[in-house]
Amino acid sequence: MSCCSDHGHGEGHGHGCSPQSGEPISVQEMNRRKFLALLSIVPGAIATAAIGVPVAGFVVAPIFAPEKREWVSLGAVSQFKIGDTIQVTYKDPSPLPWAGVTANNGAYVRRTGENDFIAFAVNCSHLGCPVRWIASANLFMCPCHGGVYYSDGSVAAGPPPRALSRYNVRIENGELQLQTQEVPIG
Amino acid sequence: MFEKLKNLLVRFVLWFEDRTGLWAMFGPSLTHLAPRDAKWWYVFGSATLLCFAIQVASGVGLAFAYIPSSGDAYQSLQYITNVAPLGRFLRAMHYFGASGMVLLVGIHMGQVFLHGSYKFPREMNWFSGVALLALTIVMGFTGQLMRWDSNAVWSIVVAAEQAGRVPFVGKWLAHFIMAGDAVGGATLGRFYAIHVFVVPGLLFAGIGLHLLLVMKHGIAEMPQVGQIVDPKTYREEYHARLEKTGIPFWEMAWRDSFFALATTLVICFCAWYLGPPPVDVPPDPSILDTAPAPDWYLLWYFAVLSLANTALEDYIILGAPLVIGLLLFCIPILSNSGERHPARRPLSVIALVTAVLFVFGFWISAMHMSWTPNFHPKPLSAEVLGTPGTAHYRGGEIFQSKSCINCHLMAGEGGRKGPDLTYIGDRATRDQLVIRINNGGIGMPGFAGNLTPQELNDLVVFLESRKHRFDEAAGEGAKPESLPLGTSAR
Repeated sequence: MSCCSDHGHGEGHGHGCSPQSGEPISVQEMNRRKFLALLSIVPGAIATAAIGVPVAGFVVAPIFAPEKREWVSLGAVSQFKIGDTIQVTYKDPSPLPWAGVTANNGAYVRRTGENDFIAFAVNCSHLGCPVRWIASANLFMCPCHGGVYYSDGSVAAGPPPRALSRYNVRIENGELQLQTQEVPIG
Repeated sequence: MFEKLKNLLVRFVLWFEDRTGLWAMFGPSLTHLAPRDAKWWYVFGSATLLCFAIQVASGVGLAFAYIPSSGDAYQSLQYITNVAPLGRFLRAMHYFGASGMVLLVGIHMGQVFLHGSYKFPREMNWFSGVALLALTIVMGFTGQLMRWDSNAVWSIVVAAEQAGRVPFVGKWLAHFIMAGDAVGGATLGRFYAIHVFVVPGLLFAGIGLHLLLVMKHGIAEMPQVGQIVDPKTYREEYHARLEKTGIPFWEMAWRDSFFALATTLVICFCAWYLGPPPVDVPPDPSILDTAPAPDWYLLWYFAVLSLANTALEDYIILGAPLVIGLLLFCIPILSNSGERHPARRPLSVIALVTAVLFVFGFWISAMHMSWTPNFHPKPLSAEVLGTPGTAHYRGGEIFQSKSCINCHLMAGEGGRKGPDLTYIGDRATRDQLVIRINNGGIGMPGFAGNLTPQELNDLVVFLESRKHRFDEAAGEGAKPESLPLGTSAR
């Protein structure tokens, strides 16, 4: 390939042939230029990595955060009547300062005995919609695709593949506590 | 004096052009030859572009007041909607602009497909168009989340659950979507960044490429029967025809202009007359009395998920978007030459009609939402319940308290998930009723152990009486009370 064969050097086309004269370039110089041209990819790649890795890392970081499991209080045990299933609300143990109401979480709690409690996740096992407890019918019903669960959380009807998830609960100093857990996925 | 001023102006314009080259760059887009027969069929692309412009303008406006913080976004939306001057209109404009864009992208794509305009040499126009369609849908979904109400919060949970079904990396994807273990303070920021920076950036680039390709390959002519696209000769033939009969683009652009104006006016009218979509209940994940559903443009997909066979569901959730996307993308690879006229491409026409019917069918069924329980049914009327104190009356009350009414219609009230039981007495015997109530069905819970024998008896009495010519049946309402359970009333 001969450089600048089809146009004059006065056109300012940017690739810069051999200075002033139209002398042919030595093979050695050609190779040197090709090498340098290829070499320009290297600083570009390093700079891209230097910028891209922290940005991508920042964005995907939540994936690698360990699950936070902490005990939160749901109030005095005496508030719960044996046999009743009620919705409780608790806050994330360490919410971001600007989380506002999104720090709230719901769960269903049933007192089954003097010291026995069951806590159900509100998320339908189908696609995560919040199920509702229909006390008179002893059923949990999902508003999205019609999933229904019996009072023990097992699937009664509709598309849900699994029973409702449960939380760990314990009693400490007369207080009912629930162990927080990630949204049950898959 | 006037001459002098004119000369000055001309000199300035020439100087400006010499230093910027703007006309050299963009002038050809106005003067390039376009086929004469490219008439009203061709206005949908430019109208889509206009909708995008409306979205950019109204979106930038909204960003002046919107606060992308999980805790404050809801209040800022209330402020935009109820306090800020023109805020209500701007929100509505952004919503109807989005609706218009989704609709017009669909129509534009359908037209291009129907006329075979994606064939050689315009394959890349089609590929970039499919990418733009995908980005538009992402904008629609993330835009719905910007409304940051209860519906948005639960839509994110549903999206995370769907992503969670991807093999191996599902859990990671779910946590990426929610920005953690659950929806919280970190969640809104990422969807704001995606909706306002990431996808619009890609859209600008994609639209730029799409338009550049239209310039490069020229506007496709109306298809003619027998005019075969042959990659070897097409370009020459196209340019030869254009030289003979083409007209400069700006001479035909008045149609685009008027259609774009009509689109704008319709969007503005809808925005003014219908107002913005309501900001639902606050984004509090502990408020459970909510029924999340996507906006209209994804509602049909919601229906697909509801009506899908449960065993196949994972494949549908994960596979269908992939397969449909890939299929759309590959259309020019499957056929990039030959006839363009729809009359000579019957299979393509069938495919298009099928796709349209598919979406519309699921869309209509989604609007009726017949698979979800009705959580707030009207109580049964006194006429239906009959005389207080009778088994019939008690049965009617059980029909309501045990949630039968949430899924079954009774004299026009209730849910539509299960069969209408208004005249169930005509169809089922006492035994059949008992068996069905105790055992349930695919979509119905079994009530064995959930009803006392007395309650079951009362409920069956009530249901048995539900026959045509209800007045007579009501008169007999109390009669079967004496029958022991398990014996037929007839």
